[in-house]
Amino acid sequence: MSAVLAVERLSKAFGGVQAVQGVSFALGEGELLAMIGPNGAGKTTCFNMVNGQLAPDSGSVRIGGVDTVGRPPREIWRMGVGRTFQITATFASMTVRENVQMALISHRRRLASLWTRAASLYRDEADRLLERVGIREQAERACSVLAYGDLKRVELAVALANEPRLLLMDEPTAGMAPKERITLMELVGEIVRERRIAVLYTEHDMDVVFGHADRVIVLDRGRLIASGTGDEVRDNPEVRQVYLGSRGRA
Amino acid sequence: MGNRRMFLAAAAACALAAGFAAPAAAQGTIKIGEVNSYKRFPAFLEPYKKGWELGVEEVNAAGGVLGRKLEFVSRDDGGNQGDAVRLAEELLSREGVSFLTGTFASNIGLAVSDFAKQKKVLFIAAEPLTDKIVWDNGNRYTFRLRPSTYMQTAMLIPDAAKLKQKRWAIVYPNYEYGQSATAAFKKLLKEKQPDVEFVTEQAPPLGKIDAGAVVQAIADAKPDAIFSSLFGPDLANFVRQGNLRGLFKDRPVFNLLAGEPEYLDPLKEETPNGWYVTGYPWYGISTPEHKKFLDAYQKRHNDYPRLGSVVGYTLVKTVAAAIRKAGSLDTEKLIAAMKGLEVDSPFGKMTYRALDHQSTMGAYVGQIGLRGGKGVMTSFRYEPGEKHLPPDAEIRKMRPAD
Amino acid sequence: MSSIVVQFLNGLAGASTLFLIAVGLSLIFGVTRIVNFAHGSLYMLGIYIAYSAVGAFGAAGALGFWGAILAAALAVGLFGALVEVLILRRIYQAPELFQLLATFALVLMVKDFVLWAWGPEDLLGPRAPGLDGAVAILGQRFPEYDLFMIAVGPVVLGLLWLLLNRTRWGTLVRAATQDREMVGALGVNQKWLFTGVFALGAFLAGLGGALQVPREPAQLFLDLTAIADAFVIVVVGGMGSIPGAFLAALIIGEVKAFCIGLGNVTLLGVEVSFSKLTLVIEFIVMAIVLVVRPWGLLGRPQAAQRAAPTHIEPPLRAALRGLAAGAAVLALALAALPLTGAAYTVVLMTDILIFALFAASLHFIMGPAGMVSFGHAAYFGLGAYGAGLVLLRAGAPMEVALAAGPLAAALGAAVFGWFCVRLAGVYFAMLTLAFAQIGWSVVFQWDSFTGGSNGLVGVWPAAWLSSKSAFYLFVLVLCGAGLAALRRILFSPFGYALRAGRDSPLRCDAIGIDIKRLQWAAFTLVGAFAGTAGALYAFSKGSLSPDLMAIPRSVDALVMVLLGGVQTLAGPAVGAAAFTWLQDTIARNTEYWQSLLGATILIIVLAFPQGIVGSLARLGTRAEAE
Repeated sequence: MSAVLAVERLSKAFGGVQAVQGVSFALGEGELLAMIGPNGAGKTTCFNMVNGQLAPDSGSVRIGGVDTVGRPPREIWRMGVGRTFQITATFASMTVRENVQMALISHRRRLASLWTRAASLYRDEADRLLERVGIREQAERACSVLAYGDLKRVELAVALANEPRLLLMDEPTAGMAPKERITLMELVGEIVRERRIAVLYTEHDMDVVFGHADRVIVLDRGRLIASGTGDEVRDNPEVRQVYLGSRGRA
Repeated sequence: MGNRRMFLAAAAACALAAGFAAPAAAQGTIKIGEVNSYKRFPAFLEPYKKGWELGVEEVNAAGGVLGRKLEFVSRDDGGNQGDAVRLAEELLSREGVSFLTGTFASNIGLAVSDFAKQKKVLFIAAEPLTDKIVWDNGNRYTFRLRPSTYMQTAMLIPDAAKLKQKRWAIVYPNYEYGQSATAAFKKLLKEKQPDVEFVTEQAPPLGKIDAGAVVQAIADAKPDAIFSSLFGPDLANFVRQGNLRGLFKDRPVFNLLAGEPEYLDPLKEETPNGWYVTGYPWYGISTPEHKKFLDAYQKRHNDYPRLGSVVGYTLVKTVAAAIRKAGSLDTEKLIAAMKGLEVDSPFGKMTYRALDHQSTMGAYVGQIGLRGGKGVMTSFRYEPGEKHLPPDAEIRKMRPAD
Repeated sequence: MSSIVVQFLNGLAGASTLFLIAVGLSLIFGVTRIVNFAHGSLYMLGIYIAYSAVGAFGAAGALGFWGAILAAALAVGLFGALVEVLILRRIYQAPELFQLLATFALVLMVKDFVLWAWGPEDLLGPRAPGLDGAVAILGQRFPEYDLFMIAVGPVVLGLLWLLLNRTRWGTLVRAATQDREMVGALGVNQKWLFTGVFALGAFLAGLGGALQVPREPAQLFLDLTAIADAFVIVVVGGMGSIPGAFLAALIIGEVKAFCIGLGNVTLLGVEVSFSKLTLVIEFIVMAIVLVVRPWGLLGRPQAAQRAAPTHIEPPLRAALRGLAAGAAVLALALAALPLTGAAYTVVLMTDILIFALFAASLHFIMGPAGMVSFGHAAYFGLGAYGAGLVLLRAGAPMEVALAAGPLAAALGAAVFGWFCVRLAGVYFAMLTLAFAQIGWSVVFQWDSFTGGSNGLVGVWPAAWLSSKSAFYLFVLVLCGAGLAALRRILFSPFGYALRAGRDSPLRCDAIGIDIKRLQWAAFTLVGAFAGTAGALYAFSKGSLSPDLMAIPRSVDALVMVLLGGVQTLAGPAVGAAAFTWLQDTIARNTEYWQSLLGATILIIVLAFPQGIVGSLARLGTRAEAE
C-alpha cells in the first residue's frame, strides 16, 4: 500500500507551548484514518498543518510523495486534497448546485473567464456529484436555507469536485443528530471505497470513530500516544487513562 | 421578478421625462441666469443674494430695461463644479435666460467661464477672485466684477513697503487664492524693496488650520512683519491663537480681505489692533452713492450690508447697464456693450476694461481696531481698481487672444 | 529647543481634540457596527449649542460657562438617543452599511438646521473664564486653555476606562464589541444597550464640540472636517479600541504639529514644504499604519460576524426573457429622448447615465465582491484627469483621450488595490479612502500639471459630439455597454468567484481560489469602469477640478448604491437616477434643499430598508409566493 499522505515528525509550538510534537503517521488509498484525542491534544493544529493553514516548525508533510510544507491550502487542493470543515463553509448566496460548480470551475481553471455564464458550466457533472451525496433534488435551493445536515452533504460534494485522492474532514459530523451522523459516515465510507480515496478525519463522537475508521491515531498533549485498529486503540491502557482522566467516555 | 425591476426602472425614466417636459417661458421679462454656491458659502452669499434682490427691485421699479422687467433666475450648485455647469445648461436651455452670471469659488467660475465660451454666451463672473479668469484663462465671453486677488494684494503693497520691514512671514490658505496672493505679494514687494526677506511660509489647509502650531512656527522664524491671506474660520483661529501667544505684539500684520464684514465681524473682542486690510467699512463711507445704497438696503432687508451685498447689487446694475447700452439681448452686442461699460456702483463709477474684461471696482484699504466690542476699519481710503493692475503689455502677454 | 517643547504641547492639545472627536465614533462602531457619518454633525451641534448656551449662562461666571458646556454635550447625547430610537433602531435588520445612508441623510438635515438656527456667519465664542490667558513655558507664551485641553483627553480616557471596566454596563459594552451575538444570547436587552452606547457616543462628540468653543469659531464646515478626522483616528487606532484611538490621536496630533514646525525644509537640494503636507498628512499616516498593521495600532482582527439570514442575498437568477425585452424597451426609450426636444432632460440624463455607470462600478466590488470602498471617486477622478490631461497636455484627439481615462484609472486602481485587498471590512474601506485622499492632494497641489485647486478647462468633445444630443447618445451607448458588461461579468465564473470570496474566504482557499488575486483584478477592472464614467463626465462638463476625486463624490456613489439596494443588480442604476434626479429637482425648487433631500432619503430608508429595488423585489417575491 503506497502512502497517499505521509506525516513525519511534525512539530509546532505557540509562544512556548508545544502544541504538536514529533507526530508521524501515514495513510493509504481507500483508507479511513481517525485522529482523536481530548481537547487541547493538538488535533486541530496537526490537521491545519496537513491542510496548509499552518506552517510547521519542523517535520514534513508529503502528499503523493511531494512535500507540501510552505504551500498555501489552495495549492495543496490542486494536488488532489479535498476538505470539509467543522462548521460548514459554503457559499451562502449561491444555490447548492452553484457551490459544486464553483469547485469544478476552479478545478478546470476557468476562474478568470469573464464572459461565459458560470451557471451553465459543468452543470451535469455537478448534478452527478449531488446525486452521489443524495441531495440532487435540492440543487436549485439557496445554501442559506438548507438544513445543517444537508450542508454537510454539500461540502462533501464540493470536496469531491477535484477528484481528490485525499480527503481531510474536520469533525465531519459535528452539530448533527446521532442518526444523521451514522448515515453521513456510511455515505463517506461508500464513496471513499469506490473511489479509492484516503480520508483523514478528526472526531469527538466515539461511535463515529470506532464504527467507521479503518485505523485510529490518538494524540495527547501534542504527542501521538497510540495507533492501530479501533479495538487495539480502545484497549490501549494509555488511551484509557487519557480519556478516563479527562472525559470519562471511551 | 427581474422583469418587474426593469419595468419599474422604465416607469421611473418616463416619470422623469414627463417631469421636465414643461419649460416655463414667461414672456415679457428679461431672464438672467445666476449660478452660485449658496449652501456652501452662505456667509458671503446670503448677503450677496440680498444685494441682487434689492438691485432687481430697483431696476424694475424704475421701469426695467428695454421696457421689460428684469428677472434673476438663480440656482444653487452646492459648491459642485459639475453641477454648476449642468445648471448653467438648464438655465440656458430650459429657462431661456439671456446670459449667465454669478459663481463664487474660482474653480467653478473658471468652469462656467469656459462653458460660456463653448456656448458663446455672455458670462459675468461676480465673485471669483482668481486672476486667471480674466488673464491666463480669459475669454471674450467672460467679464469679472470683483477686484481680483492680484489687485487686492497690490492695494496693500504701498503701506507694506512704507514700513521698510525686512523679514516677512507669510501665511495663506493652501489653494490657488492663497498661492496667488502670496506670489503677488512677494513679487510686488520685492520690486519696491529689493532687500526684503521671506523667512517662513505656512500653508494650512483651507478651513483646517492648526492655529496654535502655525502661530508658534511663525514666531520661531522671528519675522518683522506678517502677510496673511487667511479668511473665515482660519482667520478667527489664527487671530485668537496669535493674540494669546503674543505673536502680533510689535509686529505689523497685513491681511487680505480681513476688513470685509463677513470675516471681520465674527472676531468681535478678539479683533487685533492696527492690522492693514482690504475690506468694506459700510459704517464709515460717506459718499452719496453709498449712502443711497445703504439706506435702501437697510430699509429692504433690515440688516446692514456686507461686501457680498455690494457685489450682488452692482452685478444687477452691470446687467441693466449692459442691456441698455446694447439695446438688445444679442450676445455679440452685449459683449460689445460690456467692453468699456461704465457702471454706477455703491463705490462710485467703475468700468469694465476692454483690455481684459476686468472691472475697475476697487476696495477699501486701511487698518482695523476694536470699537465697542466690535471690529471695525478705523482708518481707510478707497483704492480704485484701475490703479492696481499690471501694465497693459503684461496683461496682453498673459491673456490669450480672443 | 523651547519651540520644540511648545510644538510638542501644541500637538498634545490637538491630540486631545482629535481624541474627543473620535472616541464616540469608535464606541458606536464597536457595539452597533454602524458607520456613523453623522458623527461630525453631532460634533458641530455640540459647538453651536455650547456657543448659544455660553451666551445665555456665560454671564454667571465660571459655573455658568462650564455648566453651558456640559449642558450642550448632554443635549447632543439626548439627540443621539432620539436618533437611535426613532431611526436607526428600525433598520438594524437591513443589509450591512445601510444605516450609513440614514446617517448621511442626518448630515444633510443637521447642516441645514444649523444654518437656519444660527445663520451663516462664523461664531467665535468667548475665551473660557479663568483660562483666558497664556502662561510662559520656556519663555514662550502658551494658552492656558490649551493646557487644560491637554489634560482633558487623558481624563476622558480614564473615565471611559472606569466606565467600561468597572461597571456592569461597561462589561456588556465590551462584550458586545467583541461578539455581538453572545450578548444577545446572554439575555441582555440589546435594544437599550445600543441606545445607551449611541447616546454616550453622541455625548462625547457633543462634548468634543462644546469644548472647542473657546478655541475656534462654530462654522458650517465643521461636520465634514470632524468626520474625516474621526474616521482616521478610529481606524488608525483600531476600530472599537479606545486606547487605540487615544494613541492614534496622539500620533497624528504630534505629526501635524511637527510638520507645521518644520515648515519649509531643503532636502537634497529640493525644497519640501512640510506645512503644505498637513493637507493630507493624517491620510498618509493612516495608509502607512494600515499597510503595516491591517487592523490598526491596537485593534484586533474582527471576529468573523455571521451574517444574519436577512443579510444574505439570494442567489443570482439569470435574466428572464421579459427582462431582456424590458431592457430593450428602456434602451429605445432612452435613445428616443433627444427627439422630445427636452434639452435639459438630455443633459440631466447624461449625468444620470454617467453616475449609473460609476455607481454600478462601485456596486460590483461593494456588493458581490464584498469590498466596500470609501474612496471610489479616486478612479472617477483619475479617469477624468487621465482624459483631460492627455487632451490638453499631449494634444491628443478626444477619442484617444477618452481611452486614456479608463487606462489611467485602472493603473491607479491596480497600484492602490494591491495594498487594499490585503485588508478587510472597514479597514479596507478606510485604506481606499486614504489612497483617494492622497491622490486628491496630489492633483490639488500639482498646479503646473493638473491645474491645482482651480482644475483645468477646455475639455470639450470632438466636433461630431459637440451637440448635447449626440453626446448624450454617445454616453448612452458607452454607459449602457458598461452596465451590460458589468452585469455579464457578474454571471461569469469571475463574478461568481468574487461572490464566493465574499461568502466564505475559507472555502475559497479550500477549493483553490486565490481570492486576493481575483479581488485585486476586480478592483482594477472596476477602476477602468469608474474611469470611463469620469472621462465622460469631464467631457460633458468641459472642465475638471479636484472635487471630482474628493470625499463627497465617493460618498455620493455609496449613497446611490445603498439607495438603490446593494443586493440587486439594477439597484445602483436606479439609485443613481433617484439620487441625481431628487437632488436636481429639490435643489432647483427649494431654498432649504439639503434638509429636504435628507428627509426624502430618510423616508426612503425607512420605507425601503433593502434599498428601492431591493425592497420592491422582496415585495414582488412575497407576492409571488402567496
